[in-house]
Amino acid sequence: MVQTPRFLPCGDSALTVEFGSAIDPELNGKVLALDALLQASPPAGLIETVPTYRSLTLQFDPTVTDYGALARQIEEATNRLQPENAIGTRWRVPVVYGDEYGIDLEDVAERHGLTPSQLVEIHSGAVYRIYMIGFLPGFAYLGGLDPRIATSRRTQPRLKVPSGSIMIGGEQAGIVPMEMPSGWHLLGRTPVLSYAPERDPVFLFAAGDEIVFEPIDASRWDALEKAALAGEPVAEPVRA
Amino acid sequence: MTSLVVKNCGPMTSLQDWGRIGYQRFGVSPSGAMDRRCLAMANALVGNAPEVAAIEFMNLGGSFICEGGELHVALAGAGCTASLNDAPVQANTTMVLKDGDTLEVGHARTGTFAYLAVGGGFRIEPQLGSLSFHQRSRLGGLKGAPLKAGDRLPCQSEALQVAPMHLPLEPLGEDAPIRVIMGPQDDYFTEQAIDIFLSAEFTVSPQADRMGFQLSGPQLHHAKGFNIVSDGIVDGHIQVPGSGLPIVLMRDRQTAGGYPKIATIISADLGRFAQLRPGSPVRFRAVSRDEAVAAARQMKEWMAALSSALVPLRFDLTTEHLLSTNLIGGMVDALAHKEPDHTT
Repeated sequence: MVQTPRFLPCGDSALTVEFGSAIDPELNGKVLALDALLQASPPAGLIETVPTYRSLTLQFDPTVTDYGALARQIEEATNRLQPENAIGTRWRVPVVYGDEYGIDLEDVAERHGLTPSQLVEIHSGAVYRIYMIGFLPGFAYLGGLDPRIATSRRTQPRLKVPSGSIMIGGEQAGIVPMEMPSGWHLLGRTPVLSYAPERDPVFLFAAGDEIVFEPIDASRWDALEKAALAGEPVAEPVRA
Repeated sequence: MTSLVVKNCGPMTSLQDWGRIGYQRFGVSPSGAMDRRCLAMANALVGNAPEVAAIEFMNLGGSFICEGGELHVALAGAGCTASLNDAPVQANTTMVLKDGDTLEVGHARTGTFAYLAVGGGFRIEPQLGSLSFHQRSRLGGLKGAPLKAGDRLPCQSEALQVAPMHLPLEPLGEDAPIRVIMGPQDDYFTEQAIDIFLSAEFTVSPQADRMGFQLSGPQLHHAKGFNIVSDGIVDGHIQVPGSGLPIVLMRDRQTAGGYPKIATIISADLGRFAQLRPGSPVRFRAVSRDEAVAAARQMKEWMAALSSALVPLRFDLTTEHLLSTNLIGGMVDALAHKEPDHTT
């Protein structure tokens, strides 16, 4: 039985439908299921929906519909949600771990009393869920990091981490879409570009997709990077 | 092909339209004009729909050369002045540029953001459905870059308007507290913080740009911490980080964030807020959803009526005079095929 969500006003042109306050796959599933329902049959006046960890923000034209009408439609829709169907594509993402590709690998391994290869095994052994895309175009917030390698953030954030960095911060993991500042730890790097404005598709990943990391040898980097820059996805969809 | 060539411009000069809709789910900010009222006014003067992309100026102006043909252009917002081949041009009028003409746009005098619209718009391919430039996404403008000296902006020059016009109007909005709807996270603040937020005077700090406006003033205390699990952000959200000082999130904001948002500026007042210069005082007033929706409707109607408020430029008369002699209706009717009902 789905509980009635909270409705939070965001000015006159938006509202947030909140299913809970935790980072939790089940809550996120409800968010994505509602999102899918609204995308499939958008109510009049709906402009855009933005799924995040535990809520869905709806932007609408207040001269066409209103908060009350949308809230009623969503309340009714929440009884028909099928969160179990909200899982998207599973992607295999090649990663070169360590050395100049992942400058924090040895340090993080040592902190947890692991060898670098044990850390790689744990990190690449998990299936990650994309809870949401945000912060930057194509930045995927990943859940599913093994608690054994959760690592609090650096005290001194770096002003620049390279695009494609595979990083962990606290219990979160992420794939860097473009050069950005970050206080997370860099374990490796992928040639995959999750965001490429000139490529079709511009974005590879969506909220609800899953990621598995495939350790690859550094000798493969140049060829894969070239393919990615030429517009190849390089990440491959795999069966769940 | 007719082009507008950038001779020089300020570093924050960019193309902006109504914004990029539908890609926030992928982390792309909506961007778009900081003051839609002034974008709509500039567009009305050259016969464009309100949302067509124009050049947005932030504080500094620029100069431009018309190349390869004739262009109708218009400037609106921030009290910017314009001159054509060194001769001053009357504010809020359509300017006709001929091949080789130089247009100078002055710096902002009464606000921050001004718009230069071109009749027919620019002949530039939109990216993700919009020409709006967004720095971090490397989208919009000319191939994801801000405007700079030497840029050549191709224009849809065949769409020339019949006659140059004057728009005898100020942007809609009165000098009054900025209206907000409380929430989405007003329950994260003490009662006292809410009282202070709605009664104190804040000041727009120098940290004000297309992403957000940092305010200074009394601190707003959180009742249950200042970290939330990141959720969606909209234009006009007023977030309060650990410092207790509010930040108003504007068009180039991120798509999600983890600070509680005490209130949201209503859509009708966002353009007016965007024009507040650093050092300006600002107060907030909470309104009901009904009042906010009524204001949104009024703004939409005001924008839709801009084209019928135009008067031909060749009669250089005051609005009062035109009204008293009942000339506006007849002339507008003859030139633009509009009903003259607004004069009665």
